[in-house]
Amino acid sequence: MDHYTVRKYVINIIFIVIATIFIIRLFFLQVINTSYKLSAENNSKRIEILYPARGLIFDRNGELLVYNQPAYDLMIAPYELKTFDSTELCNILDIDIKRLRSGIKKSFKHRRDPFIKQISPETYAILQEKLYKFPGFYVRSRTLRKYSKEIAAHVLGYVGEVDELLIEKDDYYALGDYIGISGIEKSYEQYLRGKKGQKVYLVDVHSRIKGEYQGGRFDKDAQVGRNIICTIDDELQEYGEKLMKNYKGSIVAIEPSTGEVLCLISSPSYNPSLLIGRQRSSNYVKLENDTLEPLFNRALMANYPPGSTFKPMNAMIALQEGVVTYHTQFYCDLGFYARGVHVGCHDHPSPLNLPQSIQYSCNAYYCNLYRRILEDKKFNSIADAYNNWRNHIISFGFGHTLNSDFTNELRGFLAPSSYFDRYYGENRWKALTVISLAIGQGEILITPLQLANMSATIANRGYYYIPHIVKKIDGIDTINSRFAERHYSSIDSGYIEIIVEGMDNAVNGGPGSTARIAALKDIIVCGKTGTAENPQGEDHSVFTAFAPKGDPKIAVAVYVEHGKWGASYAAPIASLMIEKYLTDTISYYRKWIERRMLEQNLLNKH
Amino acid sequence: MTRPVNIFESIDWIAILLYLIMVIFGWLNIFAVNYNEQFKTIFDLNQEHGRQLIWIFISFLSIFILFIIDYKFYPFFAYFIYGLSMLSLLAVLIIGDLIHGSKSWLAIFGINFQPSEFAKIATSLAIAKYLSSFNVKLKTFKSIVVLLALIALPAVLVFLQPDWGTSIIFCFFFLVLFREGLPGWVLVLGAIVVVLFIASLLFPKLIIVIALIILTQLVYFAVNKRIKHNIITGLIFIFIYLAIKIPNLYLKYNISEYLILLITLVLSSLISMILALRHKIQNVLVILFLLFCFIAYAYSVDYVFRNVLKPHQQKRVNILLGKESDPRGYGYNINQSKIAIGSGGFKGKGFLNGTQTKLDFVPEQSTDFIFCTVGEEWGFIGTTIVIVLFTLLLLRIIFMAERQRSAFSRIYGYGVAAMIFAHFAINIGMTMGLTPVIGIPLPFFSYGGSSFLAFSILLFILIRLDAARMAYLK
Repeated sequence: MDHYTVRKYVINIIFIVIATIFIIRLFFLQVINTSYKLSAENNSKRIEILYPARGLIFDRNGELLVYNQPAYDLMIAPYELKTFDSTELCNILDIDIKRLRSGIKKSFKHRRDPFIKQISPETYAILQEKLYKFPGFYVRSRTLRKYSKEIAAHVLGYVGEVDELLIEKDDYYALGDYIGISGIEKSYEQYLRGKKGQKVYLVDVHSRIKGEYQGGRFDKDAQVGRNIICTIDDELQEYGEKLMKNYKGSIVAIEPSTGEVLCLISSPSYNPSLLIGRQRSSNYVKLENDTLEPLFNRALMANYPPGSTFKPMNAMIALQEGVVTYHTQFYCDLGFYARGVHVGCHDHPSPLNLPQSIQYSCNAYYCNLYRRILEDKKFNSIADAYNNWRNHIISFGFGHTLNSDFTNELRGFLAPSSYFDRYYGENRWKALTVISLAIGQGEILITPLQLANMSATIANRGYYYIPHIVKKIDGIDTINSRFAERHYSSIDSGYIEIIVEGMDNAVNGGPGSTARIAALKDIIVCGKTGTAENPQGEDHSVFTAFAPKGDPKIAVAVYVEHGKWGASYAAPIASLMIEKYLTDTISYYRKWIERRMLEQNLLNKH
Repeated sequence: MTRPVNIFESIDWIAILLYLIMVIFGWLNIFAVNYNEQFKTIFDLNQEHGRQLIWIFISFLSIFILFIIDYKFYPFFAYFIYGLSMLSLLAVLIIGDLIHGSKSWLAIFGINFQPSEFAKIATSLAIAKYLSSFNVKLKTFKSIVVLLALIALPAVLVFLQPDWGTSIIFCFFFLVLFREGLPGWVLVLGAIVVVLFIASLLFPKLIIVIALIILTQLVYFAVNKRIKHNIITGLIFIFIYLAIKIPNLYLKYNISEYLILLITLVLSSLISMILALRHKIQNVLVILFLLFCFIAYAYSVDYVFRNVLKPHQQKRVNILLGKESDPRGYGYNINQSKIAIGSGGFKGKGFLNGTQTKLDFVPEQSTDFIFCTVGEEWGFIGTTIVIVLFTLLLLRIIFMAERQRSAFSRIYGYGVAAMIFAHFAINIGMTMGLTPVIGIPLPFFSYGGSSFLAFSILLFILIRLDAARMAYLK
């Protein structure tokens, strides 16, 4: 009845067009575009990481060495902040207002970074009561290490925050996580760290927790770290560190029947508690700058010349190669002379047979003996003879790492024949060129660990187990199987017995025996002294030993830098260690040795 | 005397069905927004869904009363109701409660209600009454003025609260006027004004002027259908332009580009006008006049924006236009809303599983942004269903309006459609970032007693009138 009825279609079309536009837009928003789903997830999910307690470390007898202490990080949730008494907070935390302000500002960008790391338990106790007054501030508890005794810093290692490179490589670690950086903490990190868990919460727009996300479907329990029982005897370790306090050097003791390392000492050492928590960085720098290098683990990484302690090696090889026998004698004219080569020797009875050569540590004997090894006619060239000799040495664990569970073993230096070929020219060198090797000097360098391992091999009369620092991991039946394997040297045990006799005599053979100071009353100690030449200063004092002779329980190597004679420092220290380990005390008549070792001081001289 | 008409035969059950579906679905969503594992009761008066249930009940009661009342009541009392409504709008300005920065609420016997919601009903009734009166034709100047006043009065009163969002709704009554014969060009002009407004904020003046010039040519061609005129004016324009530009380059005066354009425009317009007058071509004056009006308008919009608006207002506008994005500040609402809807995916997260809306990420989530809950929990399926429901309702309303024999009922019906369409379009557009964020509810879905009751009454007056359409046979 009016002219405009057609307009109803226009209006209807407008309705439908708008509706269609909406539907298309919704299609894009909801179905095609997935970024909103992600934003929604991120909006409402908060993942809280559950940190497990780190595994504890015990010594071989179950004494607690390393445990955990709680530490508290103070965190800020920036969107939950409301007005608060900042003066009061600054007083409790003992910081200034500027730090508070910059911390709050930073927390908007880096919500996971702690505002203050590791507030002391005392501060935490006060803060905890008053925390309700400061909405937006909350505490995240972490654990730090604590040491029962201030020993074995090198062995145990330390824990610190993981660095960016590692975070990129390994998914498990996130910024702010702790990881073992050296020692057992590092090599057994997998076991000690346990497994992080998580709880996923649903949070509302004010970051208030509203419940479990999807009913806790993504929640994971944290797994506590496994405890480690290491092979160290804590009393022996403590005693050795005390004895070595005034010296630079190392003591390594091994249980020959298992390869377990009873003590690993590098001196000077440091208090492991220095590298805990907030002070670690500054203390680390101080330690690094210390000229005595306390961070340097001499037991595993120092390359020393073995000196005369190496003579038993050549003796065994000579016997094995058949170039000498028990009764072979060489004259010593206060030294060795041949074709322009002169090696000095001290005063002792002459001539000596093989065991006596060990007992009196005659240099000339060994020069002659070594010549015989290298000039043996069954070899075509000096290189062949040398390499044959070298292979024997290798079989005792020299010249290569022992594949232990230490993280920073070095291999020492045992020159291959090509080394001399290059330097002198092929076949243009001979036994006399390298004669210093006879007495453990020259192109041979060892680590104290290797020396102790040699001692253990001799103690076992011909084989060794790879030295290792961990005895047992809680909850796991066996440690790595490689530690249960015997590694046989290339020397028959019969010949080794001869060497043992010589080492017995070195200690217990009466006047002239170089190691008399190491003799114990009821225990037969076998040992070999060494005086390692040091072109830059006083010679080093070295000693290898094991005891008791018949059923050895401990094999030890002691290296004291600048100690001059083997018998001056290394031998007495080794004997004290042996006595302490086997009898638990130092006998009355030997107390003077202990006192002397404690009172002497070589650190100030160099 | 009225002849008893069997209402039940003529009631539009489809409209009522659509209404009920929307009410139930709407209430479920309010329930979902407020759902908290700890508070599972439905009838808890402390929760929104409990209160909404009360208002739904009140609305059903009111609808029942509406049906009892004689259908003639409505046209008879239209002006009276309108007057009452305007008084209430005035009252709220004077004695209303100041909530959220505007005086929109009156408290009567402890119940809060919004006069602006009911003003929509009153205005629809008044327009319907006036336009259906004897001897009123839309084309007369007097009728246009009266209608404008009828619409403008509540719009201004609401604007003064201030609630400029709701006052914009009243503009949609133009749809009613359009149906009743308002010349189409009025709507087109209105559209141009709006588009130009937005464009002058988005684009530099130069482009606006060029676009307007091109538009003018098109309009002129559409009106006069003589391409020759276009070519001539175009040539004149280019000639004058070059005449200014080349010497400018040569002599290196640095006159800015759009100044050149402007001068060219003025000169060529003058010449075109003279030519047109001589050759008696129609419409040129009007078109040119409009062109300059629009240019002036564009400039003034730009001027106001730059020099009158304060920085935070400028920022709001910029965010709305998409020139700036500020997910944490002013753009927060829209961003969260889109996240909520977008995260629903195709099927939605499931009833009561909306994380964004449940956890308060979307502000005003039970009122203005109730659509987000639909989007999040029911997904694309849900949102499409809601849009289809509204569209069906609107089409049904138009259908009902068209079958009325009385002009009053028909015009009123269009008023209902206009109001519901306005809320539907702006509210849902707002949640998706297509329209500005102004606080208006989604009919039957948003929480709010006044809104729900008002829309129910708005719709059911129509259904009541429609049920009586046969009665007009007399």
